[in-house]
Formats: sequence, C-alpha cells, structure tokens
Amino acid sequence: MITLNLNGTEHQLDADADTPLLWAIRDHAGLTGTKFGCGLAQCGACTVHVDGEPVRSCQTFLGDIDGAKVTTIEGISGKIAETVQTVWAELDVPQCGYCQSGQIMSATALLAETPKPTNEDIDAAMSGNLCRCATYQRIRAAIHVAADRLEA
Amino acid sequence: MLAHKLNALAGRVKTEPVSRRGFLLSAAATSAGLAIGYRPLAGLAATEPSKQGGDLAAYIAISEDNSVTIYSSQFDMGQGSYHGIATLVLEELGADWSQVKVEGASGNVTHYGNVMWGGGFQGSGGSTSMASSWDRYRKAGAAARMMLVEAAAQAWNVPASEITVSRGVIAHGASGKSAGFGSFAKAASNLTIPDTIALKDPAEWTEIGNPDLKRFDRVGKTNGEQDFTIDVKLPGMLTAVMIHPPKFGATVASFDADKAKALKGITDVVAIDRGVAVVATDMWSALKGRDLVAVTWDESTAETRGSAQIMAEYHAVATKIPTAIARTDGDPEAAFASAAKVLVATYEFPYLAHAAMEPLNAAVQMNADGDLEIWGGHQMPDLYQQMAAKTAGLDPSKVRMHIMKTGGGFGRRATPDADVILEAMNIGKAIGWKAPVKVQWTRENDTRGGRYRPAYVHRMRAGIDADGKLVAWDNHIVGQSIVANTPFAGLIKDGVDATSVEGSSTLPYAIPNLGVGLTTTDVQVPVLWWRSVGSTHTAYATEMFLDEVIAEIGADQVQFRLDLLKGHPRHAGVLKLAAEKADWGKPLPEGHHWGVAVHESFHSYVAELAEVSVEDGEVIVHRVVAAVDVGTPINPDTIKAQVEGGVGFGLGSVLQEELTLTDGAVDQGNYDTYLPLRIDRMPKVEVHIVPSTERPTGIGEPGVPPIGPAIGNAVFRATGQRVRTLPFAKGFKTA
Repeated sequence: MITLNLNGTEHQLDADADTPLLWAIRDHAGLTGTKFGCGLAQCGACTVHVDGEPVRSCQTFLGDIDGAKVTTIEGISGKIAETVQTVWAELDVPQCGYCQSGQIMSATALLAETPKPTNEDIDAAMSGNLCRCATYQRIRAAIHVAADRLEA
Repeated sequence: MLAHKLNALAGRVKTEPVSRRGFLLSAAATSAGLAIGYRPLAGLAATEPSKQGGDLAAYIAISEDNSVTIYSSQFDMGQGSYHGIATLVLEELGADWSQVKVEGASGNVTHYGNVMWGGGFQGSGGSTSMASSWDRYRKAGAAARMMLVEAAAQAWNVPASEITVSRGVIAHGASGKSAGFGSFAKAASNLTIPDTIALKDPAEWTEIGNPDLKRFDRVGKTNGEQDFTIDVKLPGMLTAVMIHPPKFGATVASFDADKAKALKGITDVVAIDRGVAVVATDMWSALKGRDLVAVTWDESTAETRGSAQIMAEYHAVATKIPTAIARTDGDPEAAFASAAKVLVATYEFPYLAHAAMEPLNAAVQMNADGDLEIWGGHQMPDLYQQMAAKTAGLDPSKVRMHIMKTGGGFGRRATPDADVILEAMNIGKAIGWKAPVKVQWTRENDTRGGRYRPAYVHRMRAGIDADGKLVAWDNHIVGQSIVANTPFAGLIKDGVDATSVEGSSTLPYAIPNLGVGLTTTDVQVPVLWWRSVGSTHTAYATEMFLDEVIAEIGADQVQFRLDLLKGHPRHAGVLKLAAEKADWGKPLPEGHHWGVAVHESFHSYVAELAEVSVEDGEVIVHRVVAAVDVGTPINPDTIKAQVEGGVGFGLGSVLQEELTLTDGAVDQGNYDTYLPLRIDRMPKVEVHIVPSTERPTGIGEPGVPPIGPAIGNAVFRATGQRVRTLPFAKGFKTA
C-alpha cells in the first residue's frame, strides 16, 4: 500500500511504486478528469500539480511522490484556478474538451509563476499541452483575460 | 426521468403524414446536390428500435421536474453538434438553457437516419449534422411547445393564442397564470400532434444566429466532469491493451505469454483476429504485462512496401493515362496542343494520422439476461450495432449502444470495419464474457493502427493561350480509395471514388477545357476519411497550381479568381469578404506576403488569406483572415471556433505532419515523431461570416482545406519557391 495525498485527502493505494501517477489517480483513486494522451510526457493531457508545480503525471511515478501534495483538475481551488476556469468557459475555449484539464492545470501554474505573461511566456509554458482541436487562439486569449482580471 | 416524458411528441411529429412528407421533400431537394452522395445502404436500414428513445419521444423528453432531454442523432466529437441541435430545439420550444441536456441516440433509423445521406443510415460526417437536423429538430421543438400551450390552455381555460412560452415559462398575461414545462408535460403527452407545425419567423429568433450564445456543455469541459469512453467504469471491469501486427496484413502465428500471466493484475492474454490482447485489472498492469508477451507474426501476406517506394510508384503512374475519368469539359487535349504555354507540376501528399487526443477505445459488457452493452465513440452506431451483434451471435435488438463523447474524432471514429469496437467484442468473447472489458489503445497503437488520410500524387497541367488566358486544365489524381472494400463501396461510380476527387472534380473556375482523372492504387495500408476528406489534398493541388498560372500571367491573386468565378457567387462572395477584411491591395510590413485560397467543401464556402513571412528559413504565419458562407449561421461562435481550429488543424498537417512506412512498418509512434500543431505556431485567426438565409450547411471540416494553399501561395511570394511536396518540413528547401 502506498499513501498518496490527493486533493487534500490521504489515499491508501494498492499500487506498485513504479505505477505512473496518472494511472494511480485514474485507476486506483478513481478520479478521471486527468487524461491519458501519450504516456510519454509529449501531450500534457495528464498535467497535475505536485506541490503546486505542473508535472506530467504519466511520467511521474508513485514511488517518487514521497508525501508531496498532488492536485488534479477536480481539486484545484483558489483565485487563480477559479478565474482561469471561469474565463475558459466565458471564452468558450473547449471543443472536444479532452485536453482541457491539462491545459487549465498548465495555465493555472503559469499565472501563479508569471502573473502578466507575454505571448512568448504563454508559448513557452503551454507548448507541452497539445490540443488536436487547435483551440490555441482562445487558450492564449483566455490566459490574457484571466491575467487582467486577477490584476484588477 | 423518462416516465413522464412527452412521449407522443417527437415520434408523432415524424409519423404524422403531412408534416413528414413535407419534411422529406425539402430534405431531398437539398441533398440532391451534395458532393458526397451517400445513400441508404442495403441491409443496414430498419433495425429494431433500441431502448433509448424508441419510436416515441425520439427527439425530446420533458420531465415533470422541468428538465428537457434532447436525443441527438448526430455525434459530437467536439465540433458542437449537440449544441447546434439543442439550439434548434430551444429556439422553437422556448426552453431555458439551464433545463437542457443532450444525449446521443441510436437504433431508430426512421428518426435518426442522416437526411443528407438519404435518411436510411445514421451517421455523422461530411459536415452534415446541422443540415440533417435543421427541419426535424426545429419541428420537434415547435410541436412540443404547441402541445404544452394547448395543455395549459385547457387547464387554465384560456385561448391558446394568448399563451406565451419563453425561457422555460408558460404564461398567460391577462390572468397572470404561469407554470414550468413540468406542470403540463403529462397532460401534453395525451394530446394529438397539431396538423400544422408552424416554425418561428427568422426575425423572431433569439438563439439561432445569436453571436453571444456560448456552448451549453462548456463548463463540464473546464472542471474534469465531462466523461469520455476512457472514463467508463463498470463494476469488475477489466482493461485490455493490444499488440497489433507490425505490418498491415500480418497475422498472429504464435505467442508466448507465460511471463506476462505470472504478473500481478494480469487476468488473460488472448489472440484475436486483430492481434494479441493483454487483459488486466487496471491499465498499468496491462501495459507491464504487454511488455512481457512475445508474439511471432505471419507476414506472408503483409504490405511490405515503404512509403518512399509507394510514392515513387505513384509518381510513375501519374504521368500515364488515368484509369477513370471524373470530369471532362470541352476538349482538354486539343486545347493543350494549341496552347501557347503549358505548365506542368506534380504535387505530393503523405499519409496523415488523425492523432486525436483520446486514443481509440471501447467498452463492452454482457449482461446476465443476454443483452450486450457497448460504450464508445459511435459515429455510425447502427452499423457498429449490427457488426457487434453478428460477432456476438445476437439479434441487433439485444445490443445497446452507449454513445460517449470522444476526445477528438476528425473522421477516425467512423470506421467501416468498426475496428476498436470489434476488438472489444472479440476480447469479451475470448474471455467468456466473464467481466466487462474496456480496450484502450496506447498512443503508439493509435498512430500505427492504420486508417490514415491516403497518400496522393496530383499531376497538374495548365494551358495558357497567346492572349494570356487559361484555356486548358488537367488534374490526374493517384492514390487509394477510401470506400473500396467497405460497405460504402457502392459509392464508386464508373471507377471513380468521389472522395478521391472531390474538390478537383468540382473546380468552380471557368476554364473551357478541363479534365480530371483518377488512378486508384492497390496498397494494403488502411485508409479513411480525415477532416475534409478529398479536399485535404485537392484544395492544395488546385489552389496552388492555379496560383502558378496567376504568377505566370502576372495577374492579381484575388481578381484573377473573381474573374473566373462569375458563375459561382458564393465562392466569389467569401473571397471578396476576406479580401475586404484583409485590406487587400494595401501594403504589408516589410517581408510579409499574402497568400490566397478559396474552396468549397460539403456545400460550405471558405476563403482564407494568410499573412506569412519566411525568417531564417522558418515559415511564420502571422495572421489568417477567413470568410465563410455556411448558409444560415446557427451558432456564429461555434462557426468561428471551428474555423479557428480548422486552420490550426490544417496548418499542422501542412507544416509538419507526415506518416511514413519503412518496409511496411509505420515509422512514427508518439507525439514526439508525429507532430500536430502546438500553440507556438498558431497564428491569429479572424473569421467573418457571410450573412445568409440559405439552408444551413456544416463547418466542422470546411475551414481546413484553404489554409494549406493560402500559406503555400504566400511562401511563393516570399521566396519564389513552390512547395509541391507536403509537409513543408520535407518539401520546403531552406538552403
């Protein structure tokens, strides 16, 4: 059994230490908002926060978490996350929606680190998150709007 | 929930003779001219009604708790068809968006057959969802409203004409009475369908055409609540991963699973017709087990050519006479013989993967009563139901389809051989249906699993006379047929698969002598429709080659096209609008150049102007100005989103996507080698919508085709280089 602090709750998971955090979250803890897209940290659909830092959960292993706090799309809270989610809906960013949990996790982490990101900052922080629907224009706009609203 | 639905409503709207006849007539008039002329498929029509909806309440159910459930015949893969259909219903019904949910429906071809394909087959594709739904869902909404009003009029003893319905409230102003839908849902269900179903005057529309309306399903896609097939969880469910043959056409000779079976969590390792399935209690166990299975393949009948060899063969064939003729106007050969100048160019297009974010999957469960349930991205549900029933040895009425949202489709969920669904079925069967099972492809399974946009070569010739007029045009297309050897093979006419030539065979320009020929090739690499189908390559070949003529003559990119589009006002309309919005004729910043393209696909018209510079050998797309004519715009913001996304989707393919094979094996596996567009190469996209009162057409696909040639034509102006081999990563020479 491995203990995982997930969204503020301690979970006892019957999983091996080499289990990717992604599958521990989805199959063992039963939270499915975090998505599988590639398994190689190439698409960002599985992005979660570990102690507030965005990580690709498909390439982060349960044994390496070592008591850190893991936050998924179901558990994010606070002014930045709520603003990002609100603006995401206002700008009608999602199309199929599959990648958007990961996009929002990355965008939230970006704004926590860089409150007024430039387009270049956004490209650098968000290039690891693929969107096959190519909602990128609205993702970029939503991050700028969220930054403005958080500053106000 | 379903107990008190207005069960008379939708079913009787559809079976009421007068309105049904009128509806079918108008639909037929529209469908007559469609580019892809799908027709009902023999043997697939008239299946048993499923448990969802059934003959009654096929379209709408209204509960006593005021909730309105809309049953969608059209599949939503992100393009917004559920929202579009809900918009049509709400406009006429007068419901509030907070009341509404939409569920995918199937198993009732009478009500859900795609009108644009003749009505005898349910499916979504060819950007037909709004066109197919335009009459039936508005009429269903209007009939429901009229019956609710009638029920209220009887209860309140007031004239129905004095009752209004708005935002989910039924009200009688003079008496001050008002009620929600739920109060009259049951009473309304006992009324007869009105003889005449009057639709709103467009001047009164509040939902259709409303630019501020946001998608009703957006919030669940920002908080992780939206479920997809990958999220299906059933008690005791097992997860299966696949080992597919390394080459198309290879089969399992033998396999050794002893080590895998010893692993914790592995329950079964079974061979099925499509490979070896490793079944486990969870995904990670299955993946670990998969690494330990050794499979020996029989490759004696496999495709062993590499893509370079396949393309070389296509190039050789392209200079020969086509095996089928798709179109002949005038006398092209005579015109070439007498032309003052003949241009010749060959364009090359690679295989492309759909590469949707959710790798393919499906889940199956055999219930104790012998009924089977299948969860998946069922883009053609009745076909899959039939095929699954056959696999299980069941009557189709025993097979229930759960239509899940899908993490991107782009054509990949419309597979004539029901690939991943039958995989799930065959795995379930092989393990004796002992537990529900979900088969989940990895990214590598998905990239290497076949069903690609076919590779093509286009050989183009243009004849220009002594006065500088374009007098002859010839386009020979070489590549695989998408519909050959599928249930859709009947669509091939006189040797021409329309999906191979659409866009070329429908070239709108006034060229007196024009020929379009096709040579269909025999390659075992499985192919499929890929967002905008034939237009993915025909738009590039035709709009790039036309630009070669324009450059040769020294004409203006916009004006030359307009001069040849006199008989095609909707093509001309979008081109004029895009040019106007782009300030055509005004200078751009130093080093920036415009490229122009206009193309019709699926009866929607799109012009795109791309502002491009080439800096240090890199193609930079700064801005795209698009204009679209989709008939009556139903959801303007969704239209814009689809064109924005279509530009990004098309741009990725043009710049950097390519699927190659070496000795028959696919070279790419994950997103580190197969390269969809990322945010850093996404340009600014402006979308302008032509006002129209024509019947609506679709926009899921038509935004894609023009972006490639628009960029290619701009790159020519920036560098003098014609990129005739895609993607640019291969065909654009930076040295």
